[in-house]
Amino acid sequence: MKVERRIISVVVQNEHSVLARITGLFAARGYNIETLTVAPIPDSDMSRLTIETRGNVRVIEQIIKQLHKLIPTFKVIEHEEMIEKEMVMMKFPINESLSNIQALCEAYNGGIANVSSQHIITMVADEPKRVRHFIEAAQRFHPVEIVRGGVVAMERE
Amino acid sequence: MEMTGAQMVIEAMKLEGVDTVFGYPGGAIMNVYDELYKQSDFRHILTRHEQAAVHAAEGYARATGKVGVAFVTSGPGFTNAVTGLATAYMDSIPLVVISGQVPITLIGTDAFQEIDATGISRSCTKHNYLVRSAKELPRILKEAFYLASSGRPGPVHIDIPKDVTAELAKFDYPTHVDLPTYRPTTKGNVRQIKKAAEAICSAKRPVFYLGGGIIHSGSADLVREFVNATQIPAVETLMARGTLRHDDPMLLGMVGMHGTYQANMAMSEADLMIALGPRFDDRVTGKLSEFAKHAKIIHVDIDPSSIGKLVDVDYPIVGDLKEVLEVMIPKVKEHVDPDRYQPWRDILKRYNEIHPLKYEDSEKVIKPQWVIERVGELLGEDAVISTDVGQHQMWTAQFYPFSFPRQFVTSGGLGTMGFGFPAAMGVKRARPDKVSVNFTGDGSILMNIQELVTAVESRLPVINIILNNHYLGMVRQWQTFFYEKRYAETDLSFQPDFVRLAEACGGVGYRVETKDEFDEALKDAVEKGVVAMIDVIVDRNENVLPMVPSGGTLYNMMLEFKD
Repeated sequence: MKVERRIISVVVQNEHSVLARITGLFAARGYNIETLTVAPIPDSDMSRLTIETRGNVRVIEQIIKQLHKLIPTFKVIEHEEMIEKEMVMMKFPINESLSNIQALCEAYNGGIANVSSQHIITMVADEPKRVRHFIEAAQRFHPVEIVRGGVVAMERE
Repeated sequence: MEMTGAQMVIEAMKLEGVDTVFGYPGGAIMNVYDELYKQSDFRHILTRHEQAAVHAAEGYARATGKVGVAFVTSGPGFTNAVTGLATAYMDSIPLVVISGQVPITLIGTDAFQEIDATGISRSCTKHNYLVRSAKELPRILKEAFYLASSGRPGPVHIDIPKDVTAELAKFDYPTHVDLPTYRPTTKGNVRQIKKAAEAICSAKRPVFYLGGGIIHSGSADLVREFVNATQIPAVETLMARGTLRHDDPMLLGMVGMHGTYQANMAMSEADLMIALGPRFDDRVTGKLSEFAKHAKIIHVDIDPSSIGKLVDVDYPIVGDLKEVLEVMIPKVKEHVDPDRYQPWRDILKRYNEIHPLKYEDSEKVIKPQWVIERVGELLGEDAVISTDVGQHQMWTAQFYPFSFPRQFVTSGGLGTMGFGFPAAMGVKRARPDKVSVNFTGDGSILMNIQELVTAVESRLPVINIILNNHYLGMVRQWQTFFYEKRYAETDLSFQPDFVRLAEACGGVGYRVETKDEFDEALKDAVEKGVVAMIDVIVDRNENVLPMVPSGGTLYNMMLEFKD
């Protein structure tokens, strides 16, 4: 069976150790977590997790069912067509060309976040694939640090 | 009304109709025990180890379907209880286990007898709670009983810090539970049920694959009606034993690793499998790619994650088995023609004639299978049978004439040695009208032997029958078959004197080396109503057969073993 990448969003009751329940489930059953983002949903007692995972059809189906089975799980959203964004921050030495870096960031939906006496910090938010391309392209400016944010996603409709 | 957290726990027990709590006190749960001391609504049974308390609660739950309850303290009290939780989780047994915890102010400081209990129980419970304040306690207690017994049942663990048990709060016990995140599907999809019914009526070689879900959902009567109306042969999993009467002509016996030849052949050659509440365990299916290769599969289960987990299913039906069968049976009855399956029944009958379940009896040495059959003859429906884990467990599943659901109490999924004796105590407490028999081995019995004291003190006359082969038999069998008889650490020739051990604890012991002695011992133990230890010296080298080697195919069974 073919291994595919999937984005699964889970809406859960905000309660003691709910994140541990979800990561524990993945660990115990040998499922992959490639990226994971969590934040409370405004004006509710729920949180939304976005999990990027890989597996064959049977594994993905089990992941979804097992997530549903957790008592605090309110909803599991997975969809063929998810609009995905990922954020990345990169730190460059100040001696690299500020304008070239800025132009690159702008091409990928981002910009300069901070400039200090030693470093330039940039921020880009784009589709996961384009974030990868940005990181590749930015290598020539000799980045000293990269922080990726994990995927967030919404169904298109 | 205001009361302390500890009082709330006791009140909740009353309101939930709990008549028995098994447990063991300790520092962090003392406030609860102090309140327990003051009441007389339910009985507390003091086991001599926390693991046994949970197994006893399981025995109680397995024999009745009601929620079993156990209290333990923090730290080691809780960790001792974990094996019980895991055993119940694997077999979907409804339990509420309450543990003490160090005071909230000390949590996270590595305090005396502190352990991250909910962190440990998370992966072996249906749900768990760490109670933060007495305010939450009424809701949590109510939810715990509801979660344990609804949907796919399972154990629920509540960890209560000591200061919460002392804290005062208003006690308003909820009358019902409304969890927006937990709504088990109980009604099956009617269109899917109809399609399944059609498939049954048009199949040529259908077989019922009966699983533990039948017992949990209380639908054995419906299943009997279904089988009788269709005259479709049926196999039972270990957890489903007792669904059909042992003498039901449609019953092919147990399926799987130590199933009967006809049961496993039926699974292998069927064109339709009607799976009612099983979970396609590896001990049943053998090699998955060869499992039921020719069959379309109907799978009814209340847990959606059970369906399609291991095997692709053609007619998945999520729902409570009872509700699904109430819709499905009339639909099948309308069109089914039982004669249609006669050729198929003839084939299976022939299989059973060629390779029936059998053993070679002896007059020189007692065969373990004989003991089980003999108990079946002497006690039959008057006994509820518990087992430990190993060869004796499989022989019991194969040879005991089970007649009703919940007559067989065994650790199926986790395979927990030491389960049988405490479970049989819980059984006796739940079913005082029945003889509580525990078939055990000379290995297993020593894993909770301290419960002799509990059973005698609490007047829970359990009859332990040790099928004593001076081996850790099942492992020895595998070593014989697959490890060229290198008997690594399985020779248990050095043993206690079980008779004197029983006597030392106030029970009655019998050593049995002949068939007559066995009859006398069993009759005496039953008549006297004592906690008994019948140590039966059986053939050392007997193997459990037939056998599908681990990972093998169901249709390729080892039927005999010749040295």
